[in-house]
Amino acid sequence: MSLNYMTPAFIIERDKDRCIDCQVCVRQCANEAHKWDEEEQKVYSEDANCVNCHRCVVMCPTRALSVRRFPLEFRYNANWTPETIRAIYLQAETGGVLLTGMGNDRPYPIYWDHMLLNASQVTNPSIDPLREPMELKTYLGRKPDFLKIKNGKLLEDIPPQLELDVPIMFSAMSFGSISLNAHKSLAAAAQQVGTYWNTGEGGLHRDLVQYGDHTIVQVASGRFGINPDYLKAGAAIEIKIGQGAKPGIGGHLPGEKVGEEVSKTRMIPLGTDALSPAPHHDIYSIEDLRQLIYSLKEATEYQKPVFVKIAAVHNVAAIASGIVRAGADVVVIDGYRGGTGAAPLRTRDSVGIPIEFALAAVDTRLREEGIRNKASLVIGGSIRNSTDIVKAIALGADAVYIGTGALIALGCHLCQKCYTGKCNWGIATQDPQLYKRLNPEIGAERAANLLKAWAHEIEELLGGMGINALESLRGNRLMLRGIGLTDRELNILGIKAAGE
Amino acid sequence: MLKEGQVRIPAGCAISGIMNKKGEVFSGRDIIKSIAVMHDRSNGLGGGFAAYGIYPEFKNHYAFHLFYENKKVKQETEFVLNKLFNIELAEPIPTRDVSSIGKAPLIWRYFAKPKANQIQANETEAEYVVNFVMKINSELEGAYVFSSGKNMGTFKGVGYPEDIGDFYRLDEYKGYIWTAHGRFPTNTPGWWGGAHPFSLLDWTIVHNGEISSYDANRRYLEMYGYKCTLQTDTEAITYIFDLLLRKFGLPLDSAINIVAAPFWSKISRMNPEQQKLMKSLRAVFSSLLINGPFSIILGSTNGFMALNDRLKLRSLVAAEKGDNLYIASEESAILEICKNPDKTWAPRGGEPVIGLLDGKESLYCFDETQEEEVVRHSVAL
Repeated sequence: MSLNYMTPAFIIERDKDRCIDCQVCVRQCANEAHKWDEEEQKVYSEDANCVNCHRCVVMCPTRALSVRRFPLEFRYNANWTPETIRAIYLQAETGGVLLTGMGNDRPYPIYWDHMLLNASQVTNPSIDPLREPMELKTYLGRKPDFLKIKNGKLLEDIPPQLELDVPIMFSAMSFGSISLNAHKSLAAAAQQVGTYWNTGEGGLHRDLVQYGDHTIVQVASGRFGINPDYLKAGAAIEIKIGQGAKPGIGGHLPGEKVGEEVSKTRMIPLGTDALSPAPHHDIYSIEDLRQLIYSLKEATEYQKPVFVKIAAVHNVAAIASGIVRAGADVVVIDGYRGGTGAAPLRTRDSVGIPIEFALAAVDTRLREEGIRNKASLVIGGSIRNSTDIVKAIALGADAVYIGTGALIALGCHLCQKCYTGKCNWGIATQDPQLYKRLNPEIGAERAANLLKAWAHEIEELLGGMGINALESLRGNRLMLRGIGLTDRELNILGIKAAGE
Repeated sequence: MLKEGQVRIPAGCAISGIMNKKGEVFSGRDIIKSIAVMHDRSNGLGGGFAAYGIYPEFKNHYAFHLFYENKKVKQETEFVLNKLFNIELAEPIPTRDVSSIGKAPLIWRYFAKPKANQIQANETEAEYVVNFVMKINSELEGAYVFSSGKNMGTFKGVGYPEDIGDFYRLDEYKGYIWTAHGRFPTNTPGWWGGAHPFSLLDWTIVHNGEISSYDANRRYLEMYGYKCTLQTDTEAITYIFDLLLRKFGLPLDSAINIVAAPFWSKISRMNPEQQKLMKSLRAVFSSLLINGPFSIILGSTNGFMALNDRLKLRSLVAAEKGDNLYIASEESAILEICKNPDKTWAPRGGEPVIGLLDGKESLYCFDETQEEEVVRHSVAL
């Protein structure tokens, strides 16, 4: 084997005055960045193994540790950046596809930060959420055009709906890509707050069936863990066509992560690779999607809304229109910054479009076609805070999915190494020594707190705009103004510029 | 400066309404006196009236009231009008000189009936008229249809409402329902079409408030073919009621529960059947919830309905005396014309005051095409 040209990405700084050689860091680091020197009776660091996940820094009882970017610099070159050079070294060494975890980290514009919200002054009053009712309740599902009512009675029931007390759900992350304790945390939080979590494509673990009323079960191209009981266990079914982090490609859960529980839940042999094909092998066009949607509706006696999730790609508006006409009750659009447990780096960083544009284009298109209320619109792909949500709803979304944000609430520090299975925070791992670090009760409380905190903030922002029910914000683009955007961008977003 | 329709202009206002439940007609003098009391709630940049029962000699004709900016657009409009309608009478609307009223546009009215052979097979007469109005207002620059109902009319312009009433000689008309509006826009170039009431077919709306749900409401309405050319709340509210009551055939109480929806906390205390209905109404028509402060009087041939937003962020007072029902932004405006009402009350937020002519069950008069109309709007996928 040739010389390894790689230099460490991070440097671990240990304050020797503070370090008491207690070895907590050694035991905490699954990457073996901290080691114990038996002879010297001292702790030392292997910088090259560090992924900068902060686990040791947070756990160190004497606050002796810090991690920084490794100070070694290449000769300045605006074209050949350190990342580019290092990627070539790595590929020259391995001959493999570059892998990464979490969402696109490239410095593309973040359009949420180019939109500003309105507030009431004089001509209409702002509403104080501490004094007046403030309603965030949202129903997801197909809405008929009108209702038949006679003598105060509804003659025909409306199609099945999901009832959300907050317009935020936890997006699909499979058991396999994340731990059972992470699933338990999200499921319990969803139940506590009155919203939904999503199983992802890895089936529903038997311990989580009790949260069925707050569960969206996913059907993806690998069809793992799918049987009639699974479909009926959830409150809704989501067909996953694609995800923002890796549009157009499938998934691969390595065999080493397929332990006994994952194997049982996914209904695949122990230790085998779990491969999700790029397309569903029974969907090669929109009419095939319609068949799958209706197969699932038949299997669940038309009692569950069916979601269809796609990645935000160039032609997203037309595709979304097709999905609504194919019979989906909820369309989910995942933007190019959406997270993942593992994706090829080049796909993650260069495929797809920003969710802000995709959302605006889809909402506009569905309205032009007069079918916006035939399906609800849910978006995901890097919702970072409550104002992102308010802006998304003003652009036209019914609700949002959060994945990365939810994992950060559980302790994720965005080191982007989910695909290694060595998550020191017990989230993206199947190692019992690691996942036991995530206490599902504490996890549930933290995830629920995040939703409650964001809900409070949304209420404040709504009240400021003189709105006391979230639905009056939906698609209310007059509440947005663009800043630092071109005419073309404003046009696509369907908003005016600040000052107009 | 951009005129109304090119820019959205927020406005505060005064409203007033009187009706006689027996359908007995009375002159416009009372309503002018009533709205004049609330002079300070408007700023001279808009005033107007709606009157029902004023054209008994043409009660089966559509009475189109139009503003023209010049003679050329009048000719163009009349060309379209003649193509689509048989016109019984065309005349300038009589006015008198009032010193405080500035330069007025050309103001004409036409009593007309649709040409039967022009109505499309899948179109009702009402839709035919609505399409005509939308076409003139959105396509012919400088022409504006501001009234299009039968045996009723709106009269409006730039000025204080009492001066507008004088200008249009409303003391010489007799109607069984009168509503009035005084406007306090925060900026406007003074366009006559921008004054209120807003009207479509027999619907008229006078409205006080600025709704914060405007764009959510507008974008929903546009899915059903409405063109919100004026960008005003009042226009959007009119279309909401037209959609719910006329196109979808919903009962009035359901429409009210959509635009001023009961809070979820209140719904949770209802019986299961009511809960199901309310949940369905709020889920399906969530985009038609009118949010933010408003008080409105929705007028129709059969009566009127006054309504506040669900938090009651705008004033609204009602009173009754004999067969007369009074509504106004302020009690003083009622007492000016009715010294000793039998009953005076302030309706709660979201609680409608409905006045129907004796023998009428709804604000919208359904005809035999209604059933078919409703079915057609269910877009088949």
